[in-house]
Order: sequence, then structure tokens, then C-alpha cells
Amino acid sequence: MCLAVPAKVKEIKGDIAKVDFGDGVTRDVNISLVDVAEGEYVIVHAGFAIQVLDKEEAEKTLKLWEELLSTAETSPSGKY
Amino acid sequence: MFRYRDSEVAKKIVEKLKGIDLKIRIMHVCGTHQDTIVRFGLDSLFKQSGIEVRQGPGCPVCVTTTREYEEAITMAKKGNVLATFGDAVRVPGRASSLLDLRAEGCDVRIVYSIEDAVNLAKKTGKNVIFLAVGFETTAPSTAVTLLRDPPENFTVLNCHRYVPPVLHALLEMGDLAIQGLLEPGHVSTIIGLRPYQMLSEKYHIPQVIAGFEPLDVLMGIYMLAQQIKKGEAKVENEYRRSVKPEGNVKALAVLEKVFEPVDLAWRGFPVVKASGMKLKNKFQNYDARKRFEDQLKELENMDFPEPKGCRCNEILRGLVNPQDCQLFARACTPSHPLGPCMVSIEGACQIEYKYGGGPR
Repeated sequence: MCLAVPAKVKEIKGDIAKVDFGDGVTRDVNISLVDVAEGEYVIVHAGFAIQVLDKEEAEKTLKLWEELLSTAETSPSGKY
Repeated sequence: MFRYRDSEVAKKIVEKLKGIDLKIRIMHVCGTHQDTIVRFGLDSLFKQSGIEVRQGPGCPVCVTTTREYEEAITMAKKGNVLATFGDAVRVPGRASSLLDLRAEGCDVRIVYSIEDAVNLAKKTGKNVIFLAVGFETTAPSTAVTLLRDPPENFTVLNCHRYVPPVLHALLEMGDLAIQGLLEPGHVSTIIGLRPYQMLSEKYHIPQVIAGFEPLDVLMGIYMLAQQIKKGEAKVENEYRRSVKPEGNVKALAVLEKVFEPVDLAWRGFPVVKASGMKLKNKFQNYDARKRFEDQLKELENMDFPEPKGCRCNEILRGLVNPQDCQLFARACTPSHPLGPCMVSIEGACQIEYKYGGGPR
């Protein structure tokens, strides 16, 4: 039920966007709960986009993991 | 997303977890977390590190009560069109599931989204009742729909629930010792961090919000282990690419417009204070329970016992694992489920059956 999948927004018409789930399948989803632009990624749940994925934060997370794992016992919490 | 599955990084996290050397039990409240944990074999990695991870009441279809399903079944039998998500139609009521009713000629439809149900009402002109199951992740779609004046022949059998109150109930009951909570990424995408702060303060319990890729879950558990080791009880956010501290403000605003908290029973729990989302008075016209009150009278004084031997109640509180149930993978299988945890793709039993194995 809370399963939600990332998808790329291809085309926006009012509250409805055509999104691509990455497997060539495009679907119409309701985007009235988010502020999104074409080309951005959204998380889709039950036909509604519930958030725009933050690319910068995604990169930051990966970088922090790398840092964290390359050092000895350090908590990520201080850096986060 | 590919980098969130990097096996080298996973190995490093596991090594670090082993190094922490703790004997702890952590609970998560999300079927999608359970799916990641069992599918990628993380549960055995955690066990090797002395960490036990249990699923709590994190499957919306599972925590919806038999009474609520019986309401849907009763209304479908009385000639209404009943529309809902795929999992919910298969949960057994007293004698049958919604899906079984199709064989009796009832009009039960599986929809992908509440909007499909509204379109069905527009197209057919029939009374279409949408069985609205789900937590804060799903409820905004119901709220948005009701705010847009759907047709009069469309109503909602509302079973939406708030997650934080059941976490309070769980910790208050205290019948399972847990040292940390892995919080659900998509519920948190809507509600943000604030609702968890009170839990940490009141029960001194460490919490980490995590995403759903294997590395998200591994990292979330690692962050919890670190907090536990240091004696901290903070709310941390591993899933920053989706969860903002304030949540999804637009979604929270529509929830606030349409719903208000009400005490509600959950499967496996007694009545949980302020855990149900009640439709505000303004939306009573769309409340299937009000509109079809007469049809539901027959259920008023009825009890709905769980199927004999079924341990879903205890599984939903994290007290036992699916394999502790005598029915698991014997009398109860995905093609013949007796309890909701074997029905739902987010149910602990179905996930264990799919990736784990047979009975003990």
C-alpha cells in the first residue's frame, strides 16, 4: 500500500503528468500534491505523485556514506 | 538508484555493524521495508550482527479490521459497485472476501487509484463505493479527490489511519522490548520528522527514517545501532532525497481540510487513541457509512473473531514471526490466505512465503 516508485516526468498538462517508470511504460499520474517540472523525478503512490526526488540530497547521501565508510567508527548523525 | 544497491558498500556496512557488537531488537512499520529486508536476505545479515528486525503494524491492508472489510462486503452484496486496491479485495471477511463475491454476481472492481473509482462513477451512473485503505501516504489522494466535488453517486468507505498514534500505543503497551524504530520512508515523506520527536522524548527510543533500497535499510539500521550504542534517542533521516523535515506541506494541508482524528481499532490492537482519520462534517455526503447506514444495520452487534489459529494479531504487534504460526505455509498460503498478513504484498507472512521458505 505504501509502495511508491520513482518516475520521470515527461509532460505536464494541468494536474496530470505523463511519467516514465524507467521500463518504457508511461502513465498518467496526478501531480496536484507536488510542485514539479518536466524532467524531474517524482515518487508515485496509487496514481499520485507524493514528492519530487531531490537529486542533490541523493548525491549528498551517497557521498556521506562513502566518507562514513572510509573512516573508522564515526556516526553519520553529526554530519547529516 | 543503482548505486543504492552497491554490494561493496553493503559489505562495508555489515562489517561495521558486526563491529558494533550489540544484541538488539529493532522494529520497522512498513511492508516495503520488510520486502527489501527479506528479498535481499538482509535479515540473515542482521542476525549475524546480533540484530533482530521485526515488522510491526506497517501493512495498511493488514491492520484494517474484519469489521471494516465486512462493511465493504455487505455493501457490495446490496448491489453497490465496490472499488478498491488489489490487495484489499482478497482479505477474508467472516465467510468470503470481496473477490469471492464476484462469483456471486457482485460488482467488485480493482482500481489503481481513487481517480479510477471516480471515473467509474461518472461513466456508469451507479453507486460506486471506494474502500479507502491506507496511511498518510495514501490518504492525501482521497482528500484531494473529495475536495474536487466528485459526483453524488461516489462515496468513500473510509478506513484511513495515522501511523504515529499506533507507535505510541505499541510503546505504551510495551509487550515487546524494542531498542529502536526504523520509520517508514513514504509515510514520513508526507508527515515529516516532527511527529516522531515526541516519541523519542517520551520513550527515549532512537528512530531513523529510511528509504527502501537495500543500502537505505542497511544504513538506517546502522544509524540506529550507533544511536543505541551511544545511548542516544534522536530522530534521524536517512531518506533525505524524499523526506523533508516539514514533510509534504501541500499533502498535509489537504489532509487537515478533509480529516480529523478519531479513536479507532486496529487489527491486533485495542482502540488506538486519535489514530483514525474521520471525514469532517463538510464531507459527510461522501461518507458511505452515512449514506448507506441502513445497509450496515445488520453488522451493529456482531463480533468478528479472527480465523481459528491465525496469529496475524500477534504478528502485527511484532510479537511473533510468520513461521511461529501453525497455519503458515500449511493451511494458509498466498493462493488460500486465512489472515490478511498472507494476503497483502506488504504482509509479513506473504513476504516470508515468497522469499523466505516453508513452515518451520
